[in-house]
Amino acid sequence: MFRSLLTCALLASGTVYAAEPATVVASDGWVRVLPGNLPAGGYVTLRNETDRAVSIVSASSPDYADAMIHRSSTEGGMGRMEMVDSVPLPPSGKVTFAPGGYHVMLMQAKHPVKPGDAVSVTFTLSDGSKVPVTLTARPANATGP
Amino acid sequence: MKSSTCRRALLGLFALVAIAALGACQREPQPEWRLTDVSGHLPDLDFRLTDDNGKPVTGADFKGKVVLMYFGYTHCPDVCPLTLTQLHVILDRLGAPADRVRILFVSVDPARDTPAIMHDYVNAFDKRAVGLVGSNADVEALAKRYRSAFTREPDRGDGNYEVSHSSAIYIFDGQGKARLLATPSAAQDDIVHDLHLLTSMEAQP
Repeated sequence: MFRSLLTCALLASGTVYAAEPATVVASDGWVRVLPGNLPAGGYVTLRNETDRAVSIVSASSPDYADAMIHRSSTEGGMGRMEMVDSVPLPPSGKVTFAPGGYHVMLMQAKHPVKPGDAVSVTFTLSDGSKVPVTLTARPANATGP
Repeated sequence: MKSSTCRRALLGLFALVAIAALGACQREPQPEWRLTDVSGHLPDLDFRLTDDNGKPVTGADFKGKVVLMYFGYTHCPDVCPLTLTQLHVILDRLGAPADRVRILFVSVDPARDTPAIMHDYVNAFDKRAVGLVGSNADVEALAKRYRSAFTREPDRGDGNYEVSHSSAIYIFDGQGKARLLATPSAAQDDIVHDLHLLTSMEAQP
């Protein structure tokens, strides 16, 4: 009896958990616009407002044919980029996508993107929820948002 | 016994003072660089490449300019724009002496980077930047000359690929001599400081 109650409680809490997706708030979003149709880097700060750990598993944009989460490094004097499957977002913590680190690589713009334009990017979290964010297009030599 | 120790100590002191004095006489005052001094350790600026206007250029064409040489490629959306933006900010902070400085952005992606693409790319960052392209062999030879390296990473399956490359910035004086080495993580203050010194040395007759 006790065990079945416990199972019920666990199941119930599991349901509550799934019905209440992580709340992630975005700020300082921007895109570095490069000439022609060169891939652009998207940057943003994402804050986890909940006390549960989640992670960012993918990104997409209606303005670009393809979007990928990458991380740059210059370790050992070599500049390189790697694809990232999952970016951890700790409970009540934040992660910053910034030049030289995590960024969303936006490829093949579907229409010309110029400084001042708004670019939509949707991040998908490990719990399946979506975080839509708006990034502001900035010139190639911008130092931030 | 005691006096001999004393004498020896005194002699040692004299020797030290003499060496210090000799050093001061013989050595010209060295600029106090904040970046890594590579004078005499890396070869002079020398290459045969094509600039972003499609013109053949050599290292000698940049005589009289302080040169900041950086290897990268235009399909690099993050690290290369970050470095070129930093160099743009540094030259703006340098002020008037920046007229005597050129950024040379050497493409390590000859397959995709044409002079026209390089022209739009470098000018989006700084008017004092020059894009350089060449054959794979030419660029490889230049990279090797400065113990730099680059590797084309495997195709991602959609025809796109990344190129990993050395992230150092090589700084040459107006005579084409390699003088300093900076990393992208170097403090902007330090690069501005050293460029002030280097450009003021060039200004002297």
